[in-house]
Amino acid sequence: MAVTTPVPVSPIFGRLTLEALPIHEPILVVTFAVVALGAAALLGALTYFRLWGYLWREWFTSVDHKKIGIMYMVLGIVMLLRGFADAVMMRLQQAIAFGGSEGYLPAHHYDQIFTAHGVIMIFFVAMPVVTGLMNYLVPLQIGARDVSFPFLNNFSFWMTTGGAVIVMASLFVGEFAQTGWLAFPPLSGLDASPYVGVDYYIWGLQVAGVGTTLSGINLLVTIIKMRAPGMSLMKMPVFTWTALCTNVLIVASFPVLTAVLVLLSLDRYVGMNFFTNDFGGNAMMYVNLIWIWGHPEVYILILPMFGVFSEVVSTFSGKRLFGYTSMVYATVCITILSYLVWLHHFFTMGSGASVNSFFGITTMIISIPTGAKIFNWLFTMYRGRIHFELPMMWTVAFMLTFVIGGMTGVLLAVPPADFVLHNSLFLVAHFHNVIIGGVLFGMFAAINYWWPKAFGFKLNHSWGLVSFWCWVVGFWVAFAPVYILGLMGVTRRMRVFDDPDLQIWFIIAGFGAALIATGIATFLIQIGVSIWKRKEYAETTGDPWNGRTLEWATSSPPPAYNFAFTPLVHATDAWADMKARNYQRPLKGFAAIHMPSSTGAGVILAGLSTVIALALIWYIWWLAIVGFVGLIGYAIFHTFDYHRDYHIPADVVTRTEDARTAQISARLAPGAAE
Amino acid sequence: MPKLRLLPLLLVTGLLGGCNMVVMNPSGDVAAQQRDLILIATGLMLVVIIPVMVMTVLFAFRYRASNTEAPYDPEWDHSTQIELAVWAVPLLIIIALGAFTWAGTHLLDPYRPLGRIDHQTPIAEEHEPLEVQVVALDWKWLFILPEYGVASVNELAAPVDRPITFKLTSTSVMNAFYIPAMAGMIYTMPGMETTLHGVINKPGEYEGFSANYSGAGFSKMRFAFHGTDEAGFDAWIEKARSSEAVLDRETYLALERPSEGNPVQLYSQADADLFPLIVNMCVQPGMMCMSEMAAIDRQGGLGLAGIHNTLPLTAALSDRKAQPVFGAAPSYVAAICTEDEAIAGYDAANDAELRDRFASLSGFGLLAAAQPPEITPATAPNMTPLPSRAAAAPHDNL
Amino acid sequence: MSAASTPAAAAGEVRFHPETEPHHPEGSSTMLGFWIYLMSDCLIFAILFASFGVLGGNYAAGPGPKDLFELELVAVNTAMLLLSSITYGFAMLEMVKGRKTTTLVWLGVTGLFGLAFLCIEIYEFQHLIHIGAGPQRSAFLSAFFTLVGTHGLHVTFGLVWLVTLMVQVHRFGLIEANQRRLMCLSLFWHFLDVIWIGVFTFVYLLGMLQ
Repeated sequence: MAVTTPVPVSPIFGRLTLEALPIHEPILVVTFAVVALGAAALLGALTYFRLWGYLWREWFTSVDHKKIGIMYMVLGIVMLLRGFADAVMMRLQQAIAFGGSEGYLPAHHYDQIFTAHGVIMIFFVAMPVVTGLMNYLVPLQIGARDVSFPFLNNFSFWMTTGGAVIVMASLFVGEFAQTGWLAFPPLSGLDASPYVGVDYYIWGLQVAGVGTTLSGINLLVTIIKMRAPGMSLMKMPVFTWTALCTNVLIVASFPVLTAVLVLLSLDRYVGMNFFTNDFGGNAMMYVNLIWIWGHPEVYILILPMFGVFSEVVSTFSGKRLFGYTSMVYATVCITILSYLVWLHHFFTMGSGASVNSFFGITTMIISIPTGAKIFNWLFTMYRGRIHFELPMMWTVAFMLTFVIGGMTGVLLAVPPADFVLHNSLFLVAHFHNVIIGGVLFGMFAAINYWWPKAFGFKLNHSWGLVSFWCWVVGFWVAFAPVYILGLMGVTRRMRVFDDPDLQIWFIIAGFGAALIATGIATFLIQIGVSIWKRKEYAETTGDPWNGRTLEWATSSPPPAYNFAFTPLVHATDAWADMKARNYQRPLKGFAAIHMPSSTGAGVILAGLSTVIALALIWYIWWLAIVGFVGLIGYAIFHTFDYHRDYHIPADVVTRTEDARTAQISARLAPGAAE
Repeated sequence: MPKLRLLPLLLVTGLLGGCNMVVMNPSGDVAAQQRDLILIATGLMLVVIIPVMVMTVLFAFRYRASNTEAPYDPEWDHSTQIELAVWAVPLLIIIALGAFTWAGTHLLDPYRPLGRIDHQTPIAEEHEPLEVQVVALDWKWLFILPEYGVASVNELAAPVDRPITFKLTSTSVMNAFYIPAMAGMIYTMPGMETTLHGVINKPGEYEGFSANYSGAGFSKMRFAFHGTDEAGFDAWIEKARSSEAVLDRETYLALERPSEGNPVQLYSQADADLFPLIVNMCVQPGMMCMSEMAAIDRQGGLGLAGIHNTLPLTAALSDRKAQPVFGAAPSYVAAICTEDEAIAGYDAANDAELRDRFASLSGFGLLAAAQPPEITPATAPNMTPLPSRAAAAPHDNL
Repeated sequence: MSAASTPAAAAGEVRFHPETEPHHPEGSSTMLGFWIYLMSDCLIFAILFASFGVLGGNYAAGPGPKDLFELELVAVNTAMLLLSSITYGFAMLEMVKGRKTTTLVWLGVTGLFGLAFLCIEIYEFQHLIHIGAGPQRSAFLSAFFTLVGTHGLHVTFGLVWLVTLMVQVHRFGLIEANQRRLMCLSLFWHFLDVIWIGVFTFVYLLGMLQ
């Protein structure tokens, strides 16, 4: 911690030295070996099977919202494995570090792990999953062919990936922040954290944050401008409504994060005094500003999942969604209220009773629209015909789990209760209860629900069932003890413990984590088995669940242009309405379709941004300058390209649509149906 | 589903008998009232939560696709009565909870002096509060008892049923002071002072710790809190008084350096103005106190002459300052008025009435607006560090 | 299951596809997108203004606004930026009339005013740092340099963009894409003007009045 003289900065390598490689930490060396081997095998396989060209052409440079959405989901799931590995390490440390034992993780390593766990799970798991879902579904649900700014969409994805790369790099070169996931100063200031950890944090989030903000603008404009004719706002699918509100939240909160991180970096790089203890700085301002972003952020994560559950409930109950209008108003209420509650994250700062009560009560008010939503799902099930397919099971599990998390959340919003529960494991259990029970359960519901649409085959049911039970039971086994430990006065982020009575609870929680690990493994197996047997699970109808919204009106997977003819919308559940009125799919008259072209510019610009960020973290100034000049130069060069679109010729559209017609008639032909 | 869910629950209830849930079973009146609020709030919410959970399971079972007996109404999507109920019932509960919250938050505000010792005993004349000054250091706790002139590290004793007024600050980073058995937590922040009122009603050995992560040594930043009878407390004070160690500014500056897992240390004597100096971050002689700085800033600063009123912060003064890659070497603002003046400013600012309004947004600096101390006009900033005053005269009002 | 794909059923009189395909030409959403981007940028400035509001009185016993600011210089600076907005307006009027050369001339004049603004600001910063009132001296100065500097950086990017657009207009003419880009830059440029009026009032004028 003690640094009086400035770190020597070499003109070529900055402060990057061989000592930055953690060769003396066996855990990291082994991890690195495993990751390196895995990466080598993957890269080798890609080269051997000559997949690079395919990946580059069809995926990396694609501006198709569906492919970008899938890439976001892949990023989220890969990072989930990393974030979960961190969780397992923490569980293990806390289960053994008792009675004078230091456990197996020194503070320097443990403190990085809980910081990285939080950062990765929020920014690089939940955010990509949410953004991926919105990317994939919004244009399909509104009957559009792509988003408003397809190139920007590709760029946003690669910026998010760049941020993930930066955070992952910190695992093997240097260190990550040891500050907790929001990096409060003065702890994250230069005096207390002089090395690269916090800089990795700052630049990882800045690069990813640019991507998120741009993607928010993009989807917002898409929903406003690209809806199919007839789809007024109150005829939009609920998922699109939640996506609209989410993107409003993104656009109106991520700039705050960007600004506050800029201020923190100015303190760290230039020695300014925004959040320092002396020279007039005020660290409390950071806490306020970051939570002004941070609270809307949790609604950015949960709102789209509310949308997912709404779609799933009404589809599998075979019924219109109960209270569509009040659902929409509830979403809008939550969106607005989410800006008025940030102070409940630090009642214990001593803001005074009136301020605390105000923010406590606004927080409770949010539970009213949230409660209304839960009731609406309930009454959608009421008098339905509920098919318990996997998405519906995840939804019921969500409803039962989330209400508990909501209850403990409102409890924490009562300031006097918060004074004894704040920063405790009770709080940790609460937000895992809503994030796992809400966002992750939502993610699994969504994946099981829309997978057939995205890939043209259903997911294996039995492995999905195993995964479901492991997750749901595992969640409660892992976090019920954490609630109890919180009531026993145990605080979060502890590395070692004195009281032997606590150990049993940590061990139970560890078992829960093992169950969740099984849940993750069986989920991956489920995907693997389904890909293996994709012929058997083939889904040729385009509408496997008797869906209600427009994405089910097209084939599975949808063609590049989504809809050969743009739909004309008459009712809220547009596709259900079309089916009810005997809609007939047009079989001829196809015209050429205007589409955006693929471009590698997104990869290049985001790659340069990542290089600049790494150079800034390591004080390699020449590289930062070269990268910056390259970034601006390439961006300008890119603006000289005026031809970023092409037409899918009418005969290609005709062929695609004829193939689908053939597929449908083959299925309906006598003898083909089993 | 519900059957399988019950199994872990049963296991949990079995285990719960054997564990000590200090938050639900505290030994201090404030924590007990906070516990009561938790129970009231939980009870109120269960009014909605339990029916929701029951209905979820019930509807999921009754309207399963295989049950063709159940009515099926695919077009039914609206009912004004139900909508009214699902908005109104939570609203009513939140109104009730909001009322409890408003009252409870004001009643249990950590800044508010206690109104009672326990649920039977209101505060009376004889309940003179014990003042404890708390400093969160990297990574240990320093307690100063100005009334007795003693101090301790990582240990604190207090007589039962005597109100305690904690004045808290921190040296380098944010911490939270928390004795779960006694009362809720409060942040401790460098350059700022927070307050907590509490009382311990049952004698016993309690744990206190930092509840806000503060760096590498955080896990071991724990202290023992003894709730004793009067005799036990006097014995503890005597024990401290018989210690050979004395807490003056130099000892404090050595103590301030980061260390973890510190053993208990008692000090027979503590400088009376040490705590205000710590709050104002001017224990090091010659550094400008925060209160002084705030008063000067309120008068528009020290002008161009003040630009160079800084001195390099050498390693001898602090080893916890880093030089930014594009910034100047660490420095500090030199004091220009005497410490007595600076401390007078601090005392003047310590006006409780001002506290409640936007305290967290304004910090100590703006609160000092209460009564600006007399500042000699800055003709020429005094650039020489002041000599150390090892034993300062105690201030009457501390 | 999918009734719709059954060719047997006859369609009623209700149409499920519009008679003409809705057209979303490239750039049709650009102005809305750019507006939303500007609002998010505005939020960054809002945070910087708020920081200045919180920290603006913390001089750390150093100099305050009265000691440091020269209103005459700032007035000249403000004039430069306001004039550049007017000349940009002239450029847009010429663009609408389809006159390429005069558009370019007015854009050039705008750029020169912008450059003058930047030079004056750099001079001011350099002067402050030279006398020791750099951004490290106090929280007030940190907030001041960051707020004004961020605005300055925006103007710098605006200038780079302006030059790029001038080259593009020169080479490709006032085609639709270039007109749209000029409109976006116009929004950006006037937005920076509005921000500057906030800076001038809130930082400089109020600072001098205190």
